[in-house]
Amino acid sequence: MHDLIVIGGGPAGLAAALSAWENGIRDIVIVERDKELGGILNQCIHNGFGLHYFKEELTGPEYASRFIDMLNDTSVKVKLDTMVLELTPDKELHIVSSASGYEILKAKAVILAMGCRERTRGAIGIPGTRPSGIFTAGAAQRYVNMEGYLVGKKVVILGSGDIGLIMARRLTLEGAEVLACVEIMPYPGGLTRNIVQCLQDFNIPLYLSHTITKIHGSPRVEGVTIAKVDGQRKPVPGTEQYLECDTVLLSVGLIPENELSRKAGIEIDRRTGGPVVYENLETSVEGIFACGNVVHVHDLVDYVTNESLKAGKSAAEYILNFNDPTGNSVSPEHSDISDIRLVNGVGVSYTVPQLIRIPKNLMVNSSLSISDPDIELSDQLQDVEVFFRVNRKFGRSRIGVSLAGNELARFRRERLAPGEMEKIRLPKSLLMKCLQLGLSEIEIYAVDEMTGQASADNANETKITAVSPRTVPAGSKSSDKIAKVSSAAGGSI
Amino acid sequence: MKKTYDVAIIGCGIVGAAMAYELSKYELDVVVVEKENDVCCGATKANSAIIHAGFDPLPGTLMAKLNVMGSRMAKEISQALDVPYKQIGSLVLAFDEDDLKTLDVLYERGLLNSVPGLRLLDRDEVLQMEPEISPNVAGALYAPTAGIINPWEYGIALAETAVRNGVELRLSSEVLSIGQDDENWRITTKSGDVHARYIVNAAGVNSDIIHNMTAEPSFSIRPSKGEYFLLDKSEGSRVKHVIFQCPSKTTKGVLVSPTVHGNLIVGPNAVPSERYDVSNTSDGLDYVRSAAMRSVPSISFRDNIRNFAGIRANSDNDDFIIGISAPRFLDLAGIKSPGLTAAPAIAVYAAELLQNEGLALSRKSDWIGTRKKVRFSELSVEEKNRLISENPAYGRVICRCETVTEGEIIDALHSPIPARSIDGVKRRTGSGMGRCQGGFCGPRILEIMSRELGIDPSEIIQDREGSYILTGQTKKERC
Amino acid sequence: MTELICIVCPRGCHLQVDPENGCRVRGNQCPRGETYGRDELINPTRMITSTVRIKGAMYPRCPVKTSAPIPKHLISEAMKALDGITLNAPVKCGQVVVENVCGTGVSFITTRDMQQL
Repeated sequence: MHDLIVIGGGPAGLAAALSAWENGIRDIVIVERDKELGGILNQCIHNGFGLHYFKEELTGPEYASRFIDMLNDTSVKVKLDTMVLELTPDKELHIVSSASGYEILKAKAVILAMGCRERTRGAIGIPGTRPSGIFTAGAAQRYVNMEGYLVGKKVVILGSGDIGLIMARRLTLEGAEVLACVEIMPYPGGLTRNIVQCLQDFNIPLYLSHTITKIHGSPRVEGVTIAKVDGQRKPVPGTEQYLECDTVLLSVGLIPENELSRKAGIEIDRRTGGPVVYENLETSVEGIFACGNVVHVHDLVDYVTNESLKAGKSAAEYILNFNDPTGNSVSPEHSDISDIRLVNGVGVSYTVPQLIRIPKNLMVNSSLSISDPDIELSDQLQDVEVFFRVNRKFGRSRIGVSLAGNELARFRRERLAPGEMEKIRLPKSLLMKCLQLGLSEIEIYAVDEMTGQASADNANETKITAVSPRTVPAGSKSSDKIAKVSSAAGGSI
Repeated sequence: MKKTYDVAIIGCGIVGAAMAYELSKYELDVVVVEKENDVCCGATKANSAIIHAGFDPLPGTLMAKLNVMGSRMAKEISQALDVPYKQIGSLVLAFDEDDLKTLDVLYERGLLNSVPGLRLLDRDEVLQMEPEISPNVAGALYAPTAGIINPWEYGIALAETAVRNGVELRLSSEVLSIGQDDENWRITTKSGDVHARYIVNAAGVNSDIIHNMTAEPSFSIRPSKGEYFLLDKSEGSRVKHVIFQCPSKTTKGVLVSPTVHGNLIVGPNAVPSERYDVSNTSDGLDYVRSAAMRSVPSISFRDNIRNFAGIRANSDNDDFIIGISAPRFLDLAGIKSPGLTAAPAIAVYAAELLQNEGLALSRKSDWIGTRKKVRFSELSVEEKNRLISENPAYGRVICRCETVTEGEIIDALHSPIPARSIDGVKRRTGSGMGRCQGGFCGPRILEIMSRELGIDPSEIIQDREGSYILTGQTKKERC
Repeated sequence: MTELICIVCPRGCHLQVDPENGCRVRGNQCPRGETYGRDELINPTRMITSTVRIKGAMYPRCPVKTSAPIPKHLISEAMKALDGITLNAPVKCGQVVVENVCGTGVSFITTRDMQQL
């Protein structure tokens, strides 16, 4: 029986294993299906990683090496080229590799760090022929960056998420012609910096509110038909355009990879595609924790690292308690816990965590008012960081936190976008209040500051002409000439 | 010196493969000429994958007789040749009075066709059997002998068995013309001429073209496209039986069924089309989606993993077109539904017809009639470990979604009809059929193929000839 | 007045740069943005990441980056400098692959270790 098994050796698994080690756990095994650690970072040769965590701008492989080097100073065991076939609710892992055959491992705790897979053509149902030359952006990235092969000469990219944008630049630099990036929403999906340095730098047109309505050609792609879409994202007849190309890259979303989790009976949140987790990243199965893209798709690997460090620490606490249940551990007994559910209100798609545990024995003091200066909030209660995504773009706005319809906390934002994960900190006083009132739900929502209401999609922009720095005569109104793009939300709380 | 075969079979779809399998039992020189670069690339790999019970064809037709016979044979052959097959039974749903009358007609037909176990069910019985069916259902015809199968594996297994028993297979050999040299046929193909005493026309959607090369036109193929959804395994237990709707003249209607892999298949529609146009259309898919939801309203189409389409070899004839149309030239033409089911029975019947045409059939004593494949994911732990210790390649899982190992992929590259494309590997191992649709395993399979076959990665094709994947290398080696 | 978006970090601040006033920058939330805004008008630069051929390693390509941003107009020329190069494993992260790319004084360096197989 191992102390901890981590499924996945990408950025999430690496940080989780390291954190568990730093918190005193020694018998740790990382199971990784690839030939080396690093996960998806190995093929992300571009930079932009680590600005938050290391305060440096690193490429994917460099970011991975930092953690792999730290791991080498531990005696965490790594099983490479090994696939996990099954995880049971009793934390038994069935694994297979050519080196060691079929093995069954047992652990006191398991951390799920399997990452995600890419959404496919079938999932979005693009009509037309089914020729070769259609790739998901990540698969194309692997061919180009690791195997050194080009995937095509004339490329159309569907989806303006970061992977698609990064590949637009990558393919252009390797001599391909990227004809267009086609985005169904009226705003780009990826970071604005990527719109600039991947599309505008190379004059690659971005067609917003457009989609591919048909793929042509056989046996290889010969072209695509694109069309404008309406407010319901349905193609508008008569707006079709044919783009001759030999390659289509799909960058249409990532899906957390939870086959193992589902089979283990772990409760999955339909909104995220990942396990329902508590604030300590524990899933609905005791002793099984989850972190990284397997929980919810992240934009920044730095956030993955933070989340995974937390999961590792939580797993460590669980294991120490497991080893010595009579000892003085922080993890409370489950029967004395009250679960508070975080509900996504208007404007918010989901939250992680979905549940917060509050020890019931705090209710002993619940008769005291939380504004009483003498009250000492228990060490067993902490502020909780809540991550979430909004379901549309917002300008100046506020994030509200309410209990039974009463807004008890608000956080101001200059702008919000679905493509940028947000974070707020729920103060422990608010959690106490929830307990005091005998409530079990906290609602988090987002509203425009102006109207105070969630309003319909604005800005029906279409094509952004790609030219970099636009010069506007001094004094003239800029908003008409320049298509507004969303930018990263300012600051964290 | 040119060889003259006893029989040349034109087309290696399910019918041609079944014919080859049947003839391989006899002391004959048989060759199969196939247009594509792999077998079973036409309708055989793009259909509903149903082994029909046999109540639908009109009694007294060839279709009826061969359907019921083929339905029995499917079960036996699947077992012998290790082809995934499940006898899950089917329900034809009725939603109104007219439909209920149709069920009575089908029931009677079924009795006349000697279909075992047929039963008419009332609404409550249907909903008890299948809780996800629409509450608007009025009744159903239950046929316990209906089944589901892996149709391309069925065809590949039949063809492989034929090859192992001495049948020659010529791929990428489209037939351009047919002439005569003395008493024998001379078939001119893209890969050279083939001489044979007898020809069997199993050319599917092109069977009229082939027929017209040797005989007066007597039928024409009316290609009809059917589009499908294939849903994730999470939808695979939405229903437990094949769920049909009442049939019409041109189609058996849109069905909803589990597949042998555990997915859910939904489709097809029926639209006249070009012979080779297997594209999906938004109208077609919309129609299939709404028609299917009439039977099973709760289908979660957001869990779709793939769409595809197949072309039926419908003709201007209601029945199968099976017969001698020129001396020693046998048509197995216009084999539309229930063609997949009837195929092995068609082959037995065809062998009789050839015998009547003077072909001597003398059984081989050493005919190999069984086939076994390694299916890693289905082995026990002990079997898995034994296999891996003999060959470590079986320990490396390449396709995570379907748990297919490198060993199985290598097997596919060295099988009697070896895979020569990514999709060829897919059809033989199941790799790339899962929810990630080859996104993860694709590059790895490409690498394995390049290594095992000794060819450059940019030469590896996705499926048909010309379906290249990579266009060259990054970075010039020399300036 | 030129409007552009800063690419230095994922925030993407909307900048306004006044070419008539010594390229004064407004809208930045950090000093790096100010530098970027000015440079983008006078002498736009970019970091470049790519790969080079490598023999004897687990994969046939080794990722590289410029050790500092180089002038944007030299991007294609800089990419050509990576042709015709084949490293031999093992390599260490940070190893110089091409010195003084296009006369900029900046090098292409590797961004990972690659062991010899």
